[in-house]
Amino acid sequence: MATVTFTGNLTRHVDCPPVDVQGASVRDLLAKIFQDNPRLKSYVVDEQFALRKHMGIIIDGEIVRDRKGLSDPVESNSEVFVLQALSGG
Amino acid sequence: MSDKLLVSTRKGLLTASRKKTGWEISDVAFLGDNVTLALHDPRSGYSYAALNHGHFGVKLHRNKGDGWHEIVAPAYPSKPDDETSTDGWGKELPWATQLIWALETGSPDEPGVIWAGTIPGGLFKSTDHGETWELNRPLWDHPSRKRWMGGGMDLPGIHCICVDPRSSKTIRVGVSTGGIWQTDDGGKSWSCRASGMRAEYMPPEKAHDPEVQDVHCLVQSPSNPDRLWVQHHNGIFVSSDGSANWSELYATPSSFGFAVAVHPAEPDTAWFVPGIKDELRIPVDGKLIVTRTRDGGKTFESLGNGLPEKHAYDIALRHALAIDRTGDRLAFATTTGNLYVTENQGDEWMSIANSLPPVYAVRFS
Repeated sequence: MATVTFTGNLTRHVDCPPVDVQGASVRDLLAKIFQDNPRLKSYVVDEQFALRKHMGIIIDGEIVRDRKGLSDPVESNSEVFVLQALSGG
Repeated sequence: MSDKLLVSTRKGLLTASRKKTGWEISDVAFLGDNVTLALHDPRSGYSYAALNHGHFGVKLHRNKGDGWHEIVAPAYPSKPDDETSTDGWGKELPWATQLIWALETGSPDEPGVIWAGTIPGGLFKSTDHGETWELNRPLWDHPSRKRWMGGGMDLPGIHCICVDPRSSKTIRVGVSTGGIWQTDDGGKSWSCRASGMRAEYMPPEKAHDPEVQDVHCLVQSPSNPDRLWVQHHNGIFVSSDGSANWSELYATPSSFGFAVAVHPAEPDTAWFVPGIKDELRIPVDGKLIVTRTRDGGKTFESLGNGLPEKHAYDIALRHALAIDRTGDRLAFATTTGNLYVTENQGDEWMSIANSLPPVYAVRFS
């Protein structure tokens, strides 16, 4: 199963420990995670399931390119990191 | 009088309270977070706070007296694949809440109703104290809504909601930019009501188009609901016939600003916080003042007693001027972190704080 780890900055707002989950695409993984943790969803994606503007996802060292569809494939042993850029003053 | 003030800032939700020794900041919630708007509902006693985390999106929290808890924020339905979604400028317009720009209670006969206005232009209604929200489709699907344009913000939005005290089915919303929209059937149908407004910056043939007007703030007189006041990008406008027609008014030292407040019992009395129009957006001559009319806009007084007289760079945003139920107490706060209160309708101002984060909104509770 792929392992999905979320940025520590998110834990300030919603509990989201690393999750082992099965799926063919990063969208599949997130959809399964959000089923069990529904409040996490709106922090990572918008209403159309597009990745939020300042969020990024890295699968085995490669940055996710399909930010709207999240169709990037994952392997059964992939390491997935959900990150965010901190900005502002 | 209201002894408590909710202050929404870039770094948290502050509460200012009136103690025996005067006003002071008595509480900070959401420390470090971007609180864009708050609402206290006197019908239920609940308070609401809208946050915009930027990275993590727009969130809504509610306090029933037992602390703040996150509730579901207004969210857009799935966009049909064949739907082209752009604003009046042609910019891509996401079906996703970018900002909760207005939060208002429904009328007293609808105790659970809360209205929310958003960027990119959706109006949402909750009938259960914010537990669930529904997008008002007749306004969202109106062909003219797709012509609304971003003004100061990148995308258009609804920033003011006035529920008519005579009927909960009559609601007016202020749009930047898109004029004023009114329903008389509880939201089933909507029409633009900005005749008489003028957008000087538009090409001459478009300047009087009601649907391009950049309304900065809309308020309705509780004692004479046919009287409405607007602070517009282009100046000050007043209506005496329930927003069917608007007249332009001219205040000194400036008619430019974002906020307006109307006296709860005197429809001819209103307050504004002026600035230099419109690229500079600072007080005229560096002197921070509030203007007040008591005669429906024929004349304006400058109220500066207790406010800085030079080197002020303050702007009060559209929700950053508030009046309490008595009409004697007002408060305003600025993007440079100053918070002022008056207890005699603006004749004298007292400073509550001078080093706050940028303030988006103040509201008596």
